[in-house]
Amino acid sequence: MATTVDPSEIAKFEAMAAEWWDSEGKFKPLHMMNPVRLSYITQQICAEFNRILDSEAPFSGLRILDIGCGGGLLCEPMARLGATVVGVDAAERNIPVAMAHAAQSGLTIDYRHTTAEALVAAGETFDVILNMEVVEHVADPLAYLTACRQLLKPGGLHLCSTINRNPKSFVMAIVGAEYVMRWLPKGTHDWSKFITPDELFKLMTQAGLEPVDRKGYQFNPVTWGWRISDRDLSVNYVTASLAPMSAA
Amino acid sequence: MSLNSDIAIVGGGLIGPVLALACAKAGLKCVVVDAQSMDTRANAKFDGRAYALALASRRMLNALGIWQHVAEYAQNMNDIKVTDGRQGDGAAFLGLHFSSDEIEDGPMGSMLEDRYLRRTMMQMIDRHPDITHLSGTRVVAQTITAQGASLTLDDGSVVTTTLIVGADGRQSSTAARAGITRMGWDYKQTALVCAIAHEAPHNGIAHQFFMPSGPLAILPLPGNRSSIVWTEQHNLANAIHRLPDNDYLQVLRPRFGDFLGAIELCGPRHVYPLNLTIARSFTGPRVALAGDAAHGVHPIAGQGLNAGLRDVAALSEVLITAHQHGEDIASPAVLSRYAQWRSFDTAALATATDLFNRLFSNDNALLRMGRDLGMGLVNALPSARRTAIREAAGLNGDLPKLMQ
Ligand SMILES: Cc1cc2nc3c(=O)[nH]c(=O)nc-3n(C[C@H](O)[C@H](O)[C@H](O)COP(=O)(O)OP(=O)(O)OC[C@H]3O[C@@H](n4cnc5c(N)ncnc54)[C@H](O)[C@@H]3O)c2cc1C
Repeated sequence: MATTVDPSEIAKFEAMAAEWWDSEGKFKPLHMMNPVRLSYITQQICAEFNRILDSEAPFSGLRILDIGCGGGLLCEPMARLGATVVGVDAAERNIPVAMAHAAQSGLTIDYRHTTAEALVAAGETFDVILNMEVVEHVADPLAYLTACRQLLKPGGLHLCSTINRNPKSFVMAIVGAEYVMRWLPKGTHDWSKFITPDELFKLMTQAGLEPVDRKGYQFNPVTWGWRISDRDLSVNYVTASLAPMSAA
Repeated sequence: MSLNSDIAIVGGGLIGPVLALACAKAGLKCVVVDAQSMDTRANAKFDGRAYALALASRRMLNALGIWQHVAEYAQNMNDIKVTDGRQGDGAAFLGLHFSSDEIEDGPMGSMLEDRYLRRTMMQMIDRHPDITHLSGTRVVAQTITAQGASLTLDDGSVVTTTLIVGADGRQSSTAARAGITRMGWDYKQTALVCAIAHEAPHNGIAHQFFMPSGPLAILPLPGNRSSIVWTEQHNLANAIHRLPDNDYLQVLRPRFGDFLGAIELCGPRHVYPLNLTIARSFTGPRVALAGDAAHGVHPIAGQGLNAGLRDVAALSEVLITAHQHGEDIASPAVLSRYAQWRSFDTAALATATDLFNRLFSNDNALLRMGRDLGMGLVNALPSARRTAIREAAGLNGDLPKLMQ
């Protein structure tokens, strides 16, 4: 999509991009989580598509969609690994910001202000969908996950993370992150919309996806960092699911 | 001429080449630039310098395929004896005694002469297809942009890169050009360094004597030879250094007694003025520091090279992971992972080394009693001993994969 940007606006977008990419700034929690997120994403893609991370441009030939791309924190790494990347965000102002940063990084990424449903209508398909921290914000999760499945090529990989619903996640994600640490603006999350791993697996199955893996992201207050856990899915967790081999 | 790389390393001492070998293993393209000629660096005669390599360091050199080339020149260190001594009294005081029998991982460390390590490293980086080695060229400028960085060399050529690493030693000009200031102090002491041949075998035992004027280390080398690092006030050290060989030995002998039998010098003598210099930050925009460029510590605890190797292990792990995840390896988010990992370790090391030295270079009777008691206590408490031994072997802390 050719978005014509007013040149006088570019400086403003670059400043906003700087904010997105400032690892000590407003989006610090995302930056802190990025190593584990990238570790899960790259491992899953390598396993599913037989790629080796040590090789040159390991993801070349793969078409990846990032839903809720924000400033491009996941799109840029995927593009650097050789993938063809489309980043979409429902917030229009994020698009020129992400474009400005990709230009600075010398990367080609197709950023669009659109929705999953609109992409389905346009007949687009992808090998991989990154669906990170979105599903807890949508009005109808089943309809949304169905659209995601329709966007996948047969056998395509869907990586979806969200927040569990239990007393601990309420304390950690809402009281902790929004009120105590002020990592996120108050009102970012509505706890009643959080989804348990079992509920998510069920929704994905109903949407025609085959769930294959789930892991937790565990925060370690001693090292002040995140790690992947096989068992602790009590707050943040991530899942992998596959589209059927023949179109459903 | 213009070269392109992922990592441009300023300094081809010991730390720069090890970093290049570690990163090139994962396919990162490295350029190593050193001001000195290849001949000066690779064909050095024995200059008296030898390293007490901690077990973790040796594991790392092994993982990088370096150890295999130098193993035959190394001397195992099976035992470290720490003694508080007063000149003339010899080694008669309460001793602190660490033995490798108390940890499960074999010898506590190895002694290796600088020349063997350096020569091997030069050959390895020269042969590696992903490493370009530029000798006899000085880096004179560096430029940083949002997309990358570049180095300008004194012959006018330019190396473009994603990340600049300063492994250019205590007076790191990479740090200075990045606006990173240093802190530290002069110890008002100079180390006298030499190697001796002796009559009696050393049995793989390293000795550290704490003398009123400063520490004296006797470190075992292959055969009946030992490396001596001996510290005195600047003036006295320089005066001793000017003495002819025989008189020099006359001054040295009474300092550690006669347990090694007759001694004689083998190889030239050196003096190194001692100071502590630590960079206020280990990273800047598209710049990371490693080795002495990040922290030049007092060589008293033999931790200079070991600490530098820990930098390399941590930095290479952070960079390789970021590269495999498709991140910009020089972004502030990535570099801050390295800075965070190393900051605690470095602060602890600098403080400990300094305290150690201040405590042991003092002839105050009360302090003497205190430290003798302290050493007695450490000896008596098994868990404190194990901690001290594991610390000396470099096995404590959040170890990078290369050192495990
Ligand atoms: C007496 C003594 C005994 C020691 N004993 C021990 C021990 O027992 N155990 C131990 O672990 N450590 C010991 N050390 C410490 C150890 O020597 C150092 O920590 C280690 O060698 C540091 O290596 P480096 O690569 O960081 O720096 P250096 O060895 O200083 O290398 C820096 C390199 O950068 C190059 N350079 C500088 N500026 C530029 C420029 N602008 N352009 C291009 N090239 C440049 C220089 O030519 C040089 O080759 C001892 C040190 C001393 C002085």
